[in-house]
Amino acid sequence: MFAASKIQQEPRDRGGLAQPLLIVEGLKKYFPIHGGLLNSQIATVQAVDDVSFSVRKGEVLGIVGESGCGKSTTARLLMQLIKPDSGGLVFDGDPVGGLRGLSISDLRRQMQMVFQDSFSSLNPRMPIVDTIAYAPRMHGLPAAAARKRAETLLAQVGLNPQQYSRRYPHELSGGQRQRVNIARALALEPRLVILDEAVSALDKSVEAQVLNLLRELKARLNLTYLFISHDLNVVEYISDRVLVMYLGRVVEIGPVEQIYSRPRHPYTRALMASKPTLDPDRRTRHLPITGDPPNPINPPSGCRFRTRCSFARAICSEVIPPLTPPADLGAGAPLDHLVACHIPQAQAAAGEHYDA
Amino acid sequence: MAKISAFDPALAAPAEALPARPGPGYWQAVGKRLLRDKVTLLVTAILLMIIVIAVFAPVFAIQDPLAGNVMARLKPIGTPGHWLGTDETGRDIWARLCYGGRLSVIAGVTPVLVSLLIGGFLGVTAGYLGGLTNTLIMRTMDVFYAFPSILLAIAICGMLGNGLTNAILALSIVFIPPMVRIAETVTTQARHLDFVEAARASGTTTIQIIRYHVLSNVLGAILVYATSLISLSIILSAGLSFLGLGVTPPQPEWGLMLNSLRQAIYVQPLVAALPGACIFVTSMCFNLMSDGFRGAMDVKLNK
Repeated sequence: MFAASKIQQEPRDRGGLAQPLLIVEGLKKYFPIHGGLLNSQIATVQAVDDVSFSVRKGEVLGIVGESGCGKSTTARLLMQLIKPDSGGLVFDGDPVGGLRGLSISDLRRQMQMVFQDSFSSLNPRMPIVDTIAYAPRMHGLPAAAARKRAETLLAQVGLNPQQYSRRYPHELSGGQRQRVNIARALALEPRLVILDEAVSALDKSVEAQVLNLLRELKARLNLTYLFISHDLNVVEYISDRVLVMYLGRVVEIGPVEQIYSRPRHPYTRALMASKPTLDPDRRTRHLPITGDPPNPINPPSGCRFRTRCSFARAICSEVIPPLTPPADLGAGAPLDHLVACHIPQAQAAAGEHYDA
Repeated sequence: MAKISAFDPALAAPAEALPARPGPGYWQAVGKRLLRDKVTLLVTAILLMIIVIAVFAPVFAIQDPLAGNVMARLKPIGTPGHWLGTDETGRDIWARLCYGGRLSVIAGVTPVLVSLLIGGFLGVTAGYLGGLTNTLIMRTMDVFYAFPSILLAIAICGMLGNGLTNAILALSIVFIPPMVRIAETVTTQARHLDFVEAARASGTTTIQIIRYHVLSNVLGAILVYATSLISLSIILSAGLSFLGLGVTPPQPEWGLMLNSLRQAIYVQPLVAALPGACIFVTSMCFNLMSDGFRGAMDVKLNK
């Protein structure tokens, strides 16, 4: 396969195509809330609770979910910008952290992130070429070589270095700034790029340009993306696999076609039904789900979606549903589509929210 | 890993027709904006003049600032030989103002410099590291905040004994807490911006991040605040001298001169007001200059 032969050229590749680039195991982060007279801990926000998944080499894994479901916290945990309470990462076979493992700074050279806010993620006092050259320079590349690399990267993201390299962030448009952010993330030649709502703040035409740029860069530089977004259409366009989060937990993960055409989890189905469509014949008949997600300070026991789920039974409040292959596929099903739901009928119900 | 290719015209943005724009550096842009600000230029010129006169006091003042003449006490402005008059022991006011400017400006600038270094360091450290370090530093500073600044200065001076060095030391200590607080506030704000996070994500060290990303964004605010403290420092040190805690007589210093000429206010009100006017003009100029710098250093007010 073309993709496979390209991956093998990657000198940093360790385990070949079969080994996931990143394995996330039981990632957990609770934020304490302090308050009261003595500023003692009065509650915890269960931002990310036992999230496990893996990212394959060369794929785009989309992460979707409502605001506040823990998407960005997951990204920051992966980048080690905040410390997880528990859980671990394995990057191309190397466990991250610990005495024998990959150090955090080594991990960061192979894994980079593009932030949502294109303005605040660039230093307002630095010409963009210096912002891009910063990381390679600090990692020991001579200043001239770092600048050269920055200019090459600017060209690669579609900004003429002669014209733009000395500009400051406030002199660029939102789309141009996000291109600079992408160039900055690529400056260390990472293998995995986390795109945290990287195109969400851009207007639609610019968003499309940047998405195409991302695709092009991915093919050219052999990148793997973790694409976080609340925009279902964008995720469908760019992703190979999709992971759906609800209140800090993974509820479903699978290939993009299956998640979008045949979602198994009631929440995924509701999410898909809420997707705006331009087809006038496809009208939303019922409200997919009502109300807001429960407070992550006191999430429901068992399945966190049960308070809004019409299929909920007693077991849903008692046992946290594990990620298993969909019930209708039987026991021998491949493990590429997993859903966290106890109720087979809930997984089977399909498309009832739409008029045909 | 695929080699990053050279500049690819096919990928470039379709805005190629625009002329290449090298663009000035940040400090060049600040300088350009300063040059357009007439008030700031004027007050900076006045300040430079005051400093030049103070530094080259022996050139500007022919008379000895310490030599009194009982026969020529409290002469009015315009007296031949003493164009700004004489004080209560017949010393030339112009000479004393020139020499006094030395001590007053030193007493105004030194404490600010000292507190800028110490307070800036503590504040940036507290703001960037946060957590326990922040709590320790900031709560210690809060202790100093419990006392009004002039009382604190008087107390420290009283403990150390009088003299210019001790007055400067006392004022430095007085200025450290507000400097720490300003530095901590702006650093805490900058620290949570995404570009600092991005720098952390690129795996560079804390010192590198502070040097390249934090300092450039907080130094402006800290420097502007420091400049505004200079005027306060001049007034406070003059106040300490006025109370007899700073410079000791017969050394000329504006605050001390104000004190000793106070008794002559009904005899020669204009002469008695001169040291006060010097303090006023100097501190006012420092204040206006810091305002001007704040405007010029704000990157968003460009063009």
